[in-house]
Amino acid sequence: MTNHVNAAQLNEVTNGKEKALHDSFLLQIQNIPGGESIKKCIQCGCCTGSCPVSHTMDIMPREVIGLFRAGDIESILSSRTIWICASCYGCTVRCPQGVKVTDIMYALKRLAIENKIFPKRFPVHALSNSFVNLTNLFGRSYEPGLIIAYFIRTNPLKLLGMIPLFIKLMSKGRIGLLPKRIQRHKKFSRILDEAKIMEMIVPAQE
Amino acid sequence: MKYAYYPGCSLEASAKGYDESTRFVFNALDLELEDIEDWNCCGATYYMSTKETISLVISARNLALAEKQGLDIVAPCSSCYTILYKTNDILKNNPVMKAKVNQALRKDGLSYNLTTNVRHPLEVLVNDIGIEAIASKAQYQLSGMKIAHYYGCQIVRPDRGLDDKENPVMMDLLFEALGAENIYFPMKVRCCGGMLMTTYPHVALDLNKDILACALENEANCILTTCPLCQLNLEAYQDKINKRFKTRFRMPILFFTQALGLALGGSPRELGLNRNLVPLAATELGRRN
Repeated sequence: MTNHVNAAQLNEVTNGKEKALHDSFLLQIQNIPGGESIKKCIQCGCCTGSCPVSHTMDIMPREVIGLFRAGDIESILSSRTIWICASCYGCTVRCPQGVKVTDIMYALKRLAIENKIFPKRFPVHALSNSFVNLTNLFGRSYEPGLIIAYFIRTNPLKLLGMIPLFIKLMSKGRIGLLPKRIQRHKKFSRILDEAKIMEMIVPAQE
Repeated sequence: MKYAYYPGCSLEASAKGYDESTRFVFNALDLELEDIEDWNCCGATYYMSTKETISLVISARNLALAEKQGLDIVAPCSSCYTILYKTNDILKNNPVMKAKVNQALRKDGLSYNLTTNVRHPLEVLVNDIGIEAIASKAQYQLSGMKIAHYYGCQIVRPDRGLDDKENPVMMDLLFEALGAENIYFPMKVRCCGGMLMTTYPHVALDLNKDILACALENEANCILTTCPLCQLNLEAYQDKINKRFKTRFRMPILFFTQALGLALGGSPRELGLNRNLVPLAATELGRRN
């Protein structure tokens, strides 16, 4: 795995916390096919220009790569940017250097969650959490449960505003009243437990 | 030809019409869909963004189940398609991850040996059957339809050679052969915001307004999509968009399989068109103020 990313080649970060973040980020992007391409960024800004939501971000996609290389991951993690990214891959396919910008955003989200560094009010993370909990429970996603769990965690009042849409979709048979559970649910849970252990294991460096 | 069918969670609920019409179209073209036995959620974008190994494991469980059936997966939901495809790609390129995933799958007596291909129904229809063969089976010409083909972001990106990633034409060519008029629609791969509609609604409403306006200004009378979330965002939030931006959109948003099903002689009910919120027959298409 060492041939993927060479930390020393990227930059030297010596400060304690930043170094820890830096190292775990490098571990995260090791699993991305082509993840090492982050080294080749030429700061041209094609990613920012292609992004349909960059105008609502506080740090532009180009700056995300730049800040990482300048050794300031903490600023990135506490920005709204990584949570606003809608994962459309527009930046990834247009990058002239083949930088996997969207996958890097994912790696940063994972890193932010692991280290509990969030911007103030971070609704996307709450949605992620609700989604993960429901999927663990049923093996399937359950849309109404997801929306309800999400708004309860963020802004329960907004749930009221969703009622007209719920009724409309319900009348068209587009909302399941009860969640569906997969049949081999117990075995699915066992897979998840094993996967959780695997999540913590990092392969030994070759 | 036979495929392992992966409907995904939304096709069982909010995108039921996509499920009904996909099954109809495949049946009408003599393609068999065999449901993946006891499939689970693909993990979707959000699972992928939080726990990597776990998300790959639950996604790979579906790949392993399809492998057991010895069939390629057909996944209509763009997000499921992207996630399953991406999981396959990661496992093919990363033997360590593959070993970890298989270690977990063993708890359900499964293992995955990288032989499943992940495919989207649009590409299956165009590549395996062919546009000419489909057109020859059409019972109706779609000559009244002026279509904005909205591919969304997830089926052509990241680049996997399915079609051009900036200007895909698969749907355009298919529906041209079926007699429909394709309008000029530069927003065909623009992002609808996906789940931002829930988390940052003002951002997503803006994105969807632009897509609807582009279709309307180019005189489309319907938008075709390949994705449950695009369909929901563009259709179900038109009221909110109209209120916020003082517009009067009333644009029917169809799954491409619903329109294709009409050409193949399906009834609106068989194709789940009765579930759409903006009926196709609405001739009074909105005008922007």
